Amino acid sequence: MVLCKLLGMGIQMKRLLIKYASEITLKGLNRRMFEDILVRNIKDRIGKEHRVEKESGRMYIDTVSSELASRLAKVFGIISVAEAEVVEKSIEGFAAAAIEQLKQKPQISTFKVETKRADKKFPMESMEISRRVGGEILKNIEGLKVDVHKPQCVVNIEVRDKGYVYTDELKGVGGMPYKSSGRGVLLLSGGIDSPVAGYMMARRGMELTGVYYHSHPYTSERAKEKVIELARKLSQFTGRIRLFVVPFTRIQMEIMEKCREDELTIVMRRFMMQVAEEIARRDNAMCLITGESLGQVASQTLESMFVTNSDLAMPVFRPLIGMDKVDIMDIARRIDTYETSILPYEDCCTVFVPKHPKTRPKLEEIRRSAALLSVNELILEAADNAELIVAEILE
Amino acid sequence: MIYFDNSATTKPDREVIAEVAECMELYYANPSSAHKLGIEAEKKLKTARAHVAALVNAAEQEIIFTSGGSEANNMAISGVIDEGCHIISSKIEHPSTIKLLQLLEKKGIEVTYLDVDSAGVICIEELKQAIKDNTRLVTIMHVNNEIGSIQPVYELTKLVKGINRRIKVHIDAVQSAGKLELDMNKLEADLVSISAHKLHGPKGIGALYIRKNTNIRPFIVGGGQEGNLRSGTENIPGIAGFGIAAQKAHRELRDRTEKVALLKSYFIERLSELEGVRINSLADQQHVPHILNVSFERVRGEVLLHALEDYRIYVSTGSACSSKDTKHSNYVLPAIGLKEEHIKGAIRFSFAFTNEKEEIDTAIAALKEQLPFLRRMRG
Repeated sequence: MVLCKLLGMGIQMKRLLIKYASEITLKGLNRRMFEDILVRNIKDRIGKEHRVEKESGRMYIDTVSSELASRLAKVFGIISVAEAEVVEKSIEGFAAAAIEQLKQKPQISTFKVETKRADKKFPMESMEISRRVGGEILKNIEGLKVDVHKPQCVVNIEVRDKGYVYTDELKGVGGMPYKSSGRGVLLLSGGIDSPVAGYMMARRGMELTGVYYHSHPYTSERAKEKVIELARKLSQFTGRIRLFVVPFTRIQMEIMEKCREDELTIVMRRFMMQVAEEIARRDNAMCLITGESLGQVASQTLESMFVTNSDLAMPVFRPLIGMDKVDIMDIARRIDTYETSILPYEDCCTVFVPKHPKTRPKLEEIRRSAALLSVNELILEAADNAELIVAEILE
Repeated sequence: MIYFDNSATTKPDREVIAEVAECMELYYANPSSAHKLGIEAEKKLKTARAHVAALVNAAEQEIIFTSGGSEANNMAISGVIDEGCHIISSKIEHPSTIKLLQLLEKKGIEVTYLDVDSAGVICIEELKQAIKDNTRLVTIMHVNNEIGSIQPVYELTKLVKGINRRIKVHIDAVQSAGKLELDMNKLEADLVSISAHKLHGPKGIGALYIRKNTNIRPFIVGGGQEGNLRSGTENIPGIAGFGIAAQKAHRELRDRTEKVALLKSYFIERLSELEGVRINSLADQQHVPHILNVSFERVRGEVLLHALEDYRIYVSTGSACSSKDTKHSNYVLPAIGLKEEHIKGAIRFSFAFTNEKEEIDTAIAALKEQLPFLRRMRG
């Protein structure tokens, strides 16, 4: 075997070892479908020229670079990525690699060995492999101690079709493969919450189509650029995102002219939902996603959400509904949308703000107010005139 | 397209663009290099320096190239002050001056910010009163970027120097160079900042005039370029482009100013056809002709700016871009005593000799169309 010859000659061979969500491996007959989507997403993000090899519960790529690894760590469904050394399947093979790798880390003083034996033909059980390799390490490196509870370094050994040893594992974002759970329309405002809401649904496998309401001349081109930038930041995880920019000024003008001042926001929110639903219908999406969190602002009281939600056929998902603002901000920082979100440009929600918006609107009253406008015509016109922008990370 | 934002930056002159391109193409050698190619690049540098010097009637060796107006201001101020000294400035300086002074205040330096009157001009008497024994620097802008008010720089410099010759005077002439006459034989200032892109030159290049025998600390140390005061390999394309722009601005100064003055008075005349308008920078001796600041009542300046975009008319707002944007909140318009409504509805039209009278007619027509609508629908 070529591999054995190479190893025998002392040449190191490494590959990226990808662990993916165990949830996928439990999918029974649908497992293949989820894995295929994950492979497609991986290739989409790192380039089609890379071959992705599948083996039960693991995927491998033969190009090893930390840049590639960090891109993979942002692919939904991936739990971790490691630069694993391919070794001969024997205690000597495992130990030699483990010792070599630990010697590269003079700063650590405690370790433990963890073994996974998928190849049941290998004549030793995992516990025994760990124990024997650990023994070899102790013999060969002075000053190291085993700590099974809080080790500074974990030596991972995997006995599969080939043998693998690795000590560094890059944590992935987890979740389920993007585009494995249908498509939803995300209402992106430019604030902190909506990108996080989109992230959370995308992480569960939902493909996102963005919708942004632009109120020219009341909001600037910069506000629009900001939302495109937010979509671009999300696309680090999802790949390209299609964003519809909906001209919203006419609807807002009509509401201003025909509705009571304290009902402006709630009537506007109903329109936003309805236009988003129309776009979702045209885009073969099956739900709406918003960044609402219970009670955060006047339009996010239960009464308000009841009113905006009524008269919609599609489900509206609000993944942040039970979260505190600080927790949402933490996620926004982690996914790198926070700094963009806090840029101070007005969006369509902040331009026409009544002094005292209704916090407990009544559905029938609001329905009557909205009916003063030619609702269907306005919705269709807004959807017809939406501009499609594709947001993706520039490489 | 109608470009009325010439105080933000100007369109580079064609000859400037050609010069920049030629320098990148042919004169890319390092002017410090000993070979012939280096000497050719150095010649470009010398010629440009002569043109910039001529613009302000200074000697060539009194011109130091910087990365622009902000750097020139920073270099001038931080280069001449000492610990525990006193600085006099005004309330309407450019942020590159104000922010630096605020930093210096934190380090224990005392700063007096002179008030301005409703025209945006400081009071010479107040300046006189502010001078103290430890006053080390007076830094004042020649022309304000937002309202175009002209400070009496010749008079104030004379006054300061008459009281104490050792007080350094720095004039930020970024908005006036190439527009008002600057004569360093008459203006007794020690330091003057200029920027190229405000006079149809390239961005990223400016100059600091430093009067002969003025003691100033270097701003960037290194290879010793620009008389040891501003190290770094010279930006030859930028400098040469600046040279051409300065030469043309100098040569055409009177014609350009005359044309722009006509544009401003015509604009003001036409604005009288609209109601709810306040002119914040009149066509008088106290204001430059290229800046026209106007408040439109019952409209937010930012919204009007975006509405004008649809007509491809480009202007600036006088006030903060957004109610949430406190970082860039305006201090100039409050300083001349404008009411909240006039601050919010302020628009700055800034002209260049490249503008035409017809463009003003188009702008007035656009305003007549948009104002009634925007006033009915106030965001």
